[in-house]
Amino acid sequence: MMRRLWITLTYIVFGLLLIVPLIKIFTGSWADGWSGFIEGITRPQSLHALMMTGIIVVVVTALNTIFGIMLAMYLVRAEWIGKRIKRLLNSLVDLPFAVSPVIGGLMIVLILGPNTIIGTMFEDAGFKIVYALPGMILATLFVTFPLMVREVMPVLQEIGAQQEEAASTLGAYSWYTFWKVTWPSIRWGVIYGVVLTVARSLGEFGAVLVVSGNIMNKTQTATTLVYQDVENFNVVAANGVALVLAAFSVGLLLLMEWAKKRKEVH
Amino acid sequence: MNAMFRGKGWSFGFRSAIMLYFIILIVLPIVGIYTQSFSLGWTPFWESVSDPLAWKAVLLTVRLAVIATLLNVFLGTMIGWVLIRYRFPGRRFLNSLVDLPFALPTAVGGLMILLLLGPNSFVGGLAEKIGIEIVFHEPAIIVAMLFVTFPFVIRAIQPLLEEMDKSEEEAAYTLGASRVKTFFSVIFPTMLPGILSGAMLAFSRGIAEFGAVVLVAGNIPGKTLIASVYIFGEIESSNPQGAAAVSVMLLTLSFLILWTVNLIQGRRGGQ
Repeated sequence: MMRRLWITLTYIVFGLLLIVPLIKIFTGSWADGWSGFIEGITRPQSLHALMMTGIIVVVVTALNTIFGIMLAMYLVRAEWIGKRIKRLLNSLVDLPFAVSPVIGGLMIVLILGPNTIIGTMFEDAGFKIVYALPGMILATLFVTFPLMVREVMPVLQEIGAQQEEAASTLGAYSWYTFWKVTWPSIRWGVIYGVVLTVARSLGEFGAVLVVSGNIMNKTQTATTLVYQDVENFNVVAANGVALVLAAFSVGLLLLMEWAKKRKEVH
Repeated sequence: MNAMFRGKGWSFGFRSAIMLYFIILIVLPIVGIYTQSFSLGWTPFWESVSDPLAWKAVLLTVRLAVIATLLNVFLGTMIGWVLIRYRFPGRRFLNSLVDLPFALPTAVGGLMILLLLGPNSFVGGLAEKIGIEIVFHEPAIIVAMLFVTFPFVIRAIQPLLEEMDKSEEEAAYTLGASRVKTFFSVIFPTMLPGILSGAMLAFSRGIAEFGAVVLVAGNIPGKTLIASVYIFGEIESSNPQGAAAVSVMLLTLSFLILWTVNLIQGRRGGQ
């Protein structure tokens, strides 16, 4: 009896909070028929915004994957960092989780904006950071930084250093040890981290909005375009772009499930 | 290549590059925002923070995030429990759906809520008839926060329930304890650390949320303007010092929460 009740309640919560809204995005973008949807996503500003999002996702994921894996290895293995410092650095990794995206964007404007010393220096050299692509990439790097580190660290801790030490005592070079010994065990953690990083950088909104200035056809990303369309009461167009983003998210969610299963097996 | 990585100079350079990346990307901006908010001295900071609209925004944010977190504690505990303990059709599907709010862009989440509860929608029309206003009022902000923070509590208690020793529970039954009593004296204490850390993560995410809220809140100063939207407004109206001052308040709160979560989890790990 109780069991039935709890399961039904669970279904109701999921239905109201997750499933119905998701369906609404799908039906909403067809509200004006097929042509409305096509028009919504083939507008020049939509195509440009999707391209900007694509660039940011690729650059951010590549950088944070490489630096994230390296930092995770140092934080777990390195002997040249003292224990206390290691613990301090370890707690600093999570900082971006505690920072509101808007504040993350504000930080970059405060340090590198056009009115700052560093900002003017770069601008004199002909390199714009804030209200341009580099600032948007920086903002997204900041927001997504902990994801990879947090996925790889527990795996490294779990497998321990023995195999790696054995390999290097046997004379294997560090690069070789990494590929042959470390990589196979952290692989699924890394893949999971990549999926999380892609999802987060695809959907980042607050930080990018502040840093980009949201200039149409220049610094507008897919999420900031959705925001602008809603503000302009152009809901059908907003829905079209939102549907593209939602489809990607659902795809990533499926990937996440798959990676999680593999991660458990290995 | 291998020789390169083995060389002392290279390895030093490599290490420094990683650490510099970390410090420049994460630590420097946070130091920057604290120094900026006090850059003009203590008085302007105090003026920015004591602006009634500013502290009203912060108070509103905290109040609504508390409500959303409490709702999440109830819903999350129930769902986490159901998904681990019961086998029923669609369980796996629901379990993977839990992470949807993490995967979905928050702006898309906000748009979904707007479509579903907005004035032209079925629910919105119904609520309006009985005199409740959802979108552009507080309920919509709570729904947005609830949506965004939905996975935290569930994901925090699930591993604890999985690890839990079933024999303790069975022992309680054998000794004649009722179901309710077993739940509160055996099962609940096991879940408690998860509920607490999940709730704190949800709360800190709730007070930080921007994307989903800005689309549904209406953003009327003093009424439905939450802190992150207030900060955004100050940046837009070229008052970075004021924005930084409110940010410092919000950040300090978030850091305290994060630190507490680490403490709870650290103690659990030590046991």
